[in-house]
Amino acid sequence: MKVVLQNLTKIFPSRDKKSNQEVVAVNDFSFEIPDGKLIGLLGPSGCGKSTTLYMISGLQKPTSGKIFFGDDDVTELSTENRGIGLVFQNYALYPHMTVKQNILFPLENLKGKDKLTKEEKLERAKSAAKLVQIDELMDRKPNELSGGQQQRVAIARALVKMPRVLLLDEPLSNLDARLRLQTREEIRRIQKETGITTVFVTHDQEEAMSISDMIVVMKLGVLQQIGKPQDVYDNPVNLFVAKFLGTPPINVFNGAVKDGKLYIGDAAVLETPGVADQEVTVGIRPEGFELEADGALECQLSNVEVMGRDVSIVTTHPASCNVTIRSIIDADCKVDVTATSVRYNLKPHKVFIFNKETEERIYF
Amino acid sequence: MVDTRKQWKAWLYLSPAIVLLLIFTVWPIFNTIRLSLMEGYNSTMAANPYVDYEFPFGLGNFTRVLEYPNFLTCLKNTVLLCVITVPISTLLALLIAVGLHSIKFLQKPLQTIFFMPYVTNSIAIGMVFAAMFNMVIGGSTRPDSVGIVNNILEALGFDYINWTNAGSSYGANLAVMVVYIVWNALPFKILVLLGGLQGINKQYYEAARVDGTKKSRVLWRITVPLLSPMLAYVIITGFIGGFKEYSSIVGIFGDTMGPAGNPYRMDTMVGFIYRAIGKQEGTASAAALILFGIIFVVTMINLAVSKKKTHY
Ligand SMILES: Nc1ncnc2c1ncn2[C@@H]1O[C@H](COP(=O)(O)OP(=O)(O)O)[C@@H](O)[C@H]1O
Ligand SMILES: [Mg+2]
Repeated sequence: MKVVLQNLTKIFPSRDKKSNQEVVAVNDFSFEIPDGKLIGLLGPSGCGKSTTLYMISGLQKPTSGKIFFGDDDVTELSTENRGIGLVFQNYALYPHMTVKQNILFPLENLKGKDKLTKEEKLERAKSAAKLVQIDELMDRKPNELSGGQQQRVAIARALVKMPRVLLLDEPLSNLDARLRLQTREEIRRIQKETGITTVFVTHDQEEAMSISDMIVVMKLGVLQQIGKPQDVYDNPVNLFVAKFLGTPPINVFNGAVKDGKLYIGDAAVLETPGVADQEVTVGIRPEGFELEADGALECQLSNVEVMGRDVSIVTTHPASCNVTIRSIIDADCKVDVTATSVRYNLKPHKVFIFNKETEERIYF
Repeated sequence: MVDTRKQWKAWLYLSPAIVLLLIFTVWPIFNTIRLSLMEGYNSTMAANPYVDYEFPFGLGNFTRVLEYPNFLTCLKNTVLLCVITVPISTLLALLIAVGLHSIKFLQKPLQTIFFMPYVTNSIAIGMVFAAMFNMVIGGSTRPDSVGIVNNILEALGFDYINWTNAGSSYGANLAVMVVYIVWNALPFKILVLLGGLQGINKQYYEAARVDGTKKSRVLWRITVPLLSPMLAYVIITGFIGGFKEYSSIVGIFGDTMGPAGNPYRMDTMVGFIYRAIGKQEGTASAAALILFGIIFVVTMINLAVSKKKTHY
């Protein structure tokens, strides 16, 4: 089921009457989720991800704009008629019901022609439980389960009525780091197996990048960029997206373009043909540095961290916006750890320049 | 371990409360047990400076209570009122609390209105109720005033009912008491249940909505189970309060505790105890201990049931 959001906007009225501060939680959102894909809705906390998800689910009504499932306009359709499965951030499993009862609950609400016999319900519940590998735990109560198991139950409960769209609100945020890795693979597997169009909300860029077919980056309710994770990483449209994606994060410098050359400090580090002379913000990915004895950019060496396959070189530079600059280079390159400075050449496709005021990308 | 000096400090800080408890709780309990075992104890006789009565030790007071003709009436009324009013008031309070919780408009003023009985003197409420149900007989054939309840019945095309006056039926008396006690019991229950409702995570309801759960199903399958600890509390305290019913009956029927011509028809255990005070303290003490025993057993049963039925 393809999902289309058209100029979707959600405005919350101000909480107290004195300050007339309305919150534009989602601002003129338009994008299309292709059928059967998993898309990651990504942005910092409070940027309107949950609100977007709740509007898709029908739990919240958009202030304006439209939502389509396939060719059907579902904007006015109530949530129970949309055929969605929703997994809440803290799972919202009914604490007084066993796992089995939790999973059966949505099926028991079906009425009319969708009504199932007792055996059919049990069959469906069992296969949903099997899919998320909790079929051993059917008679436990939620408080007798680990976080990861609860999370699976929540997914099984969302999947059991065979939704057209599966919505997950930060489903991994309550899990510890190891379980998070494992569970996100699991979600990916389940999504692939079922082929259900899935929206996955997270503030963790690594999580979104690793499992999504497409990511949607948002900031303060405004869509910044949408695309395949690698494409967005390789081609951020603005400084925010560039900074938000990637671990370690991108290194940011104050720079300037003069006579078709990019300067960081006094060093001309790149050719930037066709760019008008101006002050710019420069972003360089950690993997965009190449150690070179006569490299253009000289940085003060503070630390070298060997991480097996790679070496991470921590340096400083007066023009850097961050305290330290972190570059990642192949472990084969020999670094003289006693030196006071290192020199780099830059890989052009790992260097992005941005307008100083608007922070929009300047292409060269 | 807390060291000894600190313990002394703790005892020192607790001492005012302990002294008060000893005087007003522990000693009376002890004294009640003592008096209940002194056969035929009577404070007037005991206070007589000229005669030194010896009250024999034994269970005579208890057998006297049980043999007293009015005692069974008291027991029956008390149990009947409890068994009828607690379920009704609990169910009503649940529905009202759920209703109040789900509305935004007028929620606060309605809350205040439902809370009024809690802060109003129960005798005063009783008098208002008595007036609402009372017939004031003036002439020989037709009453001058029949009370607002009968006015409503009349408007609906029913006959008057003699609720509380001379010649009224036991059923009518009981009905008035049930209405009054239920109404009086609502505010506390609503307050507790509303507090419980506010503590339930909204996401359970959102999850239920996504799954298209019917409202009634949400109430019985989600709200009630999640509220079950509060419900158990409200029911148990309701039974304890119910067994101590007294002032409500005085409020409606006066201290004859029954309609004119039929005194003590609505008498209760506490009424029995009160009347024995000043005459037969030994009997009163025995009756108080019997009441305590009943409440204790009922509460234990309640707790045992609620342990099974309340969730998580
Ligand atoms: N019910 C609401 N009433 C008012 N403001 C809200 C409400 N829900 C969310 N908001 C505001 O909308 C913005 C986006 O919230 P949300 O979608 O929850 O962000 P995210 O899920 O990305 O962290 C926040 O500024 C939040 O304070
Ligand atoms: Mg959120």
